[in-house]
Amino acid sequence: MKPTFLRKPLSWRRILTIAPPFAWLVLFLLLPFLLVLKISFADLQFGIPPYTALAEFQDYTLSVVLNLRGYALLFSDSLYVATYLHSVKMAAVTTVCCMLIGYPMAYYIARSEPSVRNLLLIGVILPFWTSLLLRVYAWIGILRNDGLLNNLLMGLGLIDQPLEIYRTDLAVYIGLIYAYLPFFILPLYANLVKLDVRLLEAAYDLGARPWRAFVSVVLPLSMPGVIAGAMLVFIPSVGEFVIPEMLGGADTLMIGRVMWTEFFNNSDWPMAAAVTCVMVLLLLMPLVLFQYGQVRQLGMRGGRGNG
Amino acid sequence: MAKPSSRLRAVVLGLGYAFLYIPIFVLMVLSFNDSAMMTTWTGFSLRWYHELFSDRALLQAARLSLIIAAFTATAAVIVGTWAGYVLARMGRFRGFALFVGLASAPLVIPEVVLGISLLLMFVELSDLLGWEGSNGAFTIWVGHVILSMAYVSVIIQSRVRDLDRSLEEAALDLGASPVKVFFQIVLPLIAPALVAAWLLAFTLSLDDVVIASFLTGPGYTTLPLEVFSRVRLGLKPEINALATIFMLLVAAFVVIANRIQNRKG
Repeated sequence: MKPTFLRKPLSWRRILTIAPPFAWLVLFLLLPFLLVLKISFADLQFGIPPYTALAEFQDYTLSVVLNLRGYALLFSDSLYVATYLHSVKMAAVTTVCCMLIGYPMAYYIARSEPSVRNLLLIGVILPFWTSLLLRVYAWIGILRNDGLLNNLLMGLGLIDQPLEIYRTDLAVYIGLIYAYLPFFILPLYANLVKLDVRLLEAAYDLGARPWRAFVSVVLPLSMPGVIAGAMLVFIPSVGEFVIPEMLGGADTLMIGRVMWTEFFNNSDWPMAAAVTCVMVLLLLMPLVLFQYGQVRQLGMRGGRGNG
Repeated sequence: MAKPSSRLRAVVLGLGYAFLYIPIFVLMVLSFNDSAMMTTWTGFSLRWYHELFSDRALLQAARLSLIIAAFTATAAVIVGTWAGYVLARMGRFRGFALFVGLASAPLVIPEVVLGISLLLMFVELSDLLGWEGSNGAFTIWVGHVILSMAYVSVIIQSRVRDLDRSLEEAALDLGASPVKVFFQIVLPLIAPALVAAWLLAFTLSLDDVVIASFLTGPGYTTLPLEVFSRVRLGLKPEINALATIFMLLVAAFVVIANRIQNRKG
């Protein structure tokens, strides 16, 4: 049964409540995306703005010119294809590593005593709040050839030559995992902390070993948290710019960097827009799934709330 | 009660937190290192803090960033709370899925996408309206509000959903208007979350490089832009000092925000 004010909505009131934030989001989020799509079909030109108009109205003729130069280049130049594949690979590896490190952490935090739990949670939230830029920067001092890690390993006599990590893909992996780990832990923790411990106890009472109980009870129930966390890691990682720029080498191919170069160094806005559109298309798949999951979750929670 | 193995737990959490915190501590220690080479310790010194506070470019950038962050946080809390309330209390409506998608998209969309799309919109707008004076601080502000309102609406949405609905219903039954119910009942109850959301929006704005790179104009160098242009090519000792101050301030922020939220229970 729905509460009175929801069952009989005063429609103008609802509209006045819903419309302003909706309009704001459409104006500053949806419309700009559509403009990127539009400009990805424009051609380069000198002047302000540095791209041609798609539609022209002259002598009662509306002529629309869609320029496919950007897309043609994207799919014919193997560098772009390789960059997309490499970005997806790096994001996927990052996501898997975040799962392997983050799942046990989230699990143990969720199953700690409430007083300890709060402290541990702050420990995860704190880096999430501090400057990503500065935290990624901190890794430079550790990973450099004359950095802390190499000094330590050489001091211990484990290696003779410094390991070349800074300015390689490995450094970018470390940076990505480090930066996105809290994004995986937090939604998973929120899921695990709500887990009904009695289910686990029932599994034990029925003779399940700890590992078996974990795999057949905890893991399936925590899947929504795992998926939410994986999305929060994977999608932004694909387009990450700051981390590959600061820790990666010149040959670390990532799509955010390529787009940046097209835009700022080559001033080729249509090309940058085309790169962006293909990236968004690539990311839309998991994003739609994520949204679907969220809507379903909202529905489930709403249903329970209304009893 | 099935207790997880305590030794494994200590190892997992110990390594995990070490991974999260060692870089921060390394940076803090290095900020007191006298050597400009930074990776070798030559003695304790406050030299870099002194240099930091006499660095006019950094201080000016910090001032601009703090102003933008304050305006961003305030606007993001207003719009984000509104959006979060709609998500939590308005039920389904036409375009609900689109609304949910748009409200949460900035959480995951790569920042380069947000940056270029907003820039293109401002360019088209100024083309369309013949509007010349696009102020860098204003455009950065819009970008930051879009980014941080998504976080705000997530926080507020979950907070509002946890509220006891019967309070609102009772007030409505007693004849209060929905607007009055929102301001006199809902808002005081979610006040701690509002503070936390404001602080989060503030720090998000203070940290952003990518969106600001696209939306800035001549003369509007924010702190992250200045820092990024310096550290792109390696370590800079004055940035270590800046990072140390920043981390300590944020730590204080988070502890305070957490206290406020917990007082609520």
